[in-house]
Amino acid sequence: MSNSNQSIHAFREQILNAAQNKTSLSIEGGGTKSWYGNLNHFEKLHTSSYSGILEYQPEELVITACAGTPLKEIQTALADKNQVLAFEPPHFGEAATFGGVLAAGLAGPSRISAGSLRDFVLGVRIMDGKGQDLAFGGKVIKNVAGYDVSRLLPGSLGTLSLLLEASVKVLPKPAATISLRCNISQARALLLLNEWAGQPLPLSASGWIGNANQDGELTIRLEGAIAAVKTAIPLMGASINMEELDPHLALKFWNDLREQELSSFNNLTADETLYRLALPAACGPLNIPKANGEMVLEWHGQQRWVKAPGDEATFALIKQIASSNGGHATRFRQGVNVDPLNQRFTLLTEQAHSIALEAVQARLRSAFDPAGVFVTSRLP
Amino acid sequence: MIYMNMVTPPPDLATITALQSKLVSALRPILPEHALLWEPEDTIPYECDGLAAYRKMPLAVALPETEGQVAQILKICFDLEIPVVPRGSGTGLSGGAMPISQGLVLSLAKLKKIISIDPFTRTAVVQPGVRNLAISEAVAHLGLYYAPDPSSQIACSIGGNVNENSGGVHCLKYGLTLHNVLKVRGVLMNGNIVEFGSLAPDTPGLDLLAIIMGSEGMLAVVTEVTVKLIAKPKLARVILASFDDIEKGANAVAAIIAAGIIPAGLEMMDKATTRAVEEFVHAGYDLDAQAILLCESDGTPEEVAEEIERMTQVLEQSGASCIQISKDETERLKFWSGRKNAFPAAGRIAADYYCMDGTIPRRHIATLLKRIQAMEKKYKLGCLNVFHAGDGNMHPLILFNGADPDEWHRAEEFGTEILEACVELGGTITGEHGVGIEKINSMCIQFGEGERESFWGVKSAFDPKHLLNPDKGIPTLNRCAEYGRMRISGGKLAHPELERF
Repeated sequence: MSNSNQSIHAFREQILNAAQNKTSLSIEGGGTKSWYGNLNHFEKLHTSSYSGILEYQPEELVITACAGTPLKEIQTALADKNQVLAFEPPHFGEAATFGGVLAAGLAGPSRISAGSLRDFVLGVRIMDGKGQDLAFGGKVIKNVAGYDVSRLLPGSLGTLSLLLEASVKVLPKPAATISLRCNISQARALLLLNEWAGQPLPLSASGWIGNANQDGELTIRLEGAIAAVKTAIPLMGASINMEELDPHLALKFWNDLREQELSSFNNLTADETLYRLALPAACGPLNIPKANGEMVLEWHGQQRWVKAPGDEATFALIKQIASSNGGHATRFRQGVNVDPLNQRFTLLTEQAHSIALEAVQARLRSAFDPAGVFVTSRLP
Repeated sequence: MIYMNMVTPPPDLATITALQSKLVSALRPILPEHALLWEPEDTIPYECDGLAAYRKMPLAVALPETEGQVAQILKICFDLEIPVVPRGSGTGLSGGAMPISQGLVLSLAKLKKIISIDPFTRTAVVQPGVRNLAISEAVAHLGLYYAPDPSSQIACSIGGNVNENSGGVHCLKYGLTLHNVLKVRGVLMNGNIVEFGSLAPDTPGLDLLAIIMGSEGMLAVVTEVTVKLIAKPKLARVILASFDDIEKGANAVAAIIAAGIIPAGLEMMDKATTRAVEEFVHAGYDLDAQAILLCESDGTPEEVAEEIERMTQVLEQSGASCIQISKDETERLKFWSGRKNAFPAAGRIAADYYCMDGTIPRRHIATLLKRIQAMEKKYKLGCLNVFHAGDGNMHPLILFNGADPDEWHRAEEFGTEILEACVELGGTITGEHGVGIEKINSMCIQFGEGERESFWGVKSAFDPKHLLNPDKGIPTLNRCAEYGRMRISGGKLAHPELERF
């Protein structure tokens, strides 16, 4: 039996055992995002043994790899052919795996211009809670045969099935990249970013960092054909004076923003929580009570990070603010004194239009996993 | 539990009549008189969709005018356990809106308002019956448009697009419906009104919007769609390249992608198609070419100039025998006219044509074309090959004469063999037309029992009683067992006047 067959065999055994013992399994790749989602102490199912790129032909714009493949290995292979994962997934650590990235479903700075992680998923091979080895989707961009199960996996945090392999769409690396910076209020930044996004400009990412009611630092990135980037600079300069960033500094900035290594993220005190707010484009500046320090706005304001006390009352208030603006909030990271057992997410039942989906979601999970092997409460 | 797509004997007339009067009397109190049809002369236009080979008369047709009525209708049918077939514009090509003889057709055609347009957030909220092209027309003055452009966009509705995850000729660069819809509001079979997705970049819980996309009216009835609008490119130009060999043309497609270019459109036609359309539209195509490629670039004038130059270089290196670049918008549209009219052109040279929709990895394009050439000899039928080469989505048009039952039989066998070849080459049986009723048997080839069982699990999660379009999309175990012995005979495509594919 080959190594990969051995892994599959071992996964099945562990899943069937868990089903028989009426217990659950917590799937883990490189363990770099184990802090994300609700805490659980179930036995781990480690995917790292099932590793390797299975197929990569640059002219097909698709890469297929095993869940345990290090993300770095995939990005190196793509870089060799001048291609990228256009959704710029955060690694959150050296050991990040392909499967972990997909299960977390998180995207980086280019989310609004390039699309979400799930937009790039073309097909998956999974093992369900009955130990069945199943394939959905494929390796082609256009495919409408059967329900699109492969796109249910991203962001499911291992609560639906075990991801074994995935095929994702890749894109050529943009020919030109330029980053620009200026000081500007949050309100004006949100206005400008939305105006620019509505014009044929190669705006690929934005980040605004500052205190709620003061000027902050806006950094934007233009990416695309050389001619497109060149012609865009004077057009955007007509709205506001911007300074061009040194390419090395720019690269480091976008990298640190994506990995949350900027000082605005990494000085969380013991009683604080880093909240993530996902919001509609129309949402203006928000006043978050008890917010501490600088806020970080990404995705033209559609993803906002704020540090505030980690107690239930503060989370309830932040959820209410996000919700009343058409979005939702997450406890993304927590300080050491904050109760690790608390609920990190907004629930379907907390939003009027999704109450009836709670039952649908529960039935979906039990269709793939009748014994509840993957029901770890990590994602409610 | 009702598994409608098993092979069951047709119900007798008395049963049908009793069921019909039960349904009609339940629906009458909640719908205006003109919104409920049950006399055969009124319901006959609904007996099929764009795939006219498959027809059935429904018990009744409901044409609700509000979301509230949609919810009430579904709740009533849920309680009476009467199946419901949702219907948009009826342009679908896989029989996904074919009625069920003991069921209701729920037409969303009257929900056709554009509710709001927001240029600041680049979004529009529309009802499901709004035509695809009407969205772009309504926002054109703002310099915006809705990107997915299925060739039937003049008639097809956005609700139908969501249910088929429709693409179009520009989806290589701009994505499918999935990539351009932010939120879908809909009604579950039990009458509950819900929202999938959000104006925010993500939602709590599992990503249920993703599974609604392309679900062929089997999971929920769409009542409102929020689409993403994007800035209209300032300019578009197209290159028309000829090749004296199909393989060279296919390799040129791969070479363009490998060069790091994502063209706005990348389409291919074989010689038989070129000849058929040239006679019809006089686009100026090279009649001696074995394959013709259309490569479009869009963006700012500088960007387009740069990309056209790079694509021209790649095409020359790939051995193009002739290259023409559109000089202006009139010429660009002329170059496209042949590609867009492949369907009516096929109709001029043959009595009937049967359109396939498989997708294969790009590198196998030449392999599949050669196999199709061999199949033409095997089945003694001609075939025109047009396809979205950029994404490997092929539309072979098998030519036959429907008046000759043996020719239709051979056309069906020919089609099935093409789909089997697509699966074998690592592709899929349907890229954008959906499974519907037409390709339900081919689902037995593409998926194993475990996958099909999971699909039923998904179905049951949304619709535990299996009442929403239950005989489409996913074959039952029984059906796959019967596959091979069952043959449904049929004929022609409705709406031949529409541009397609």
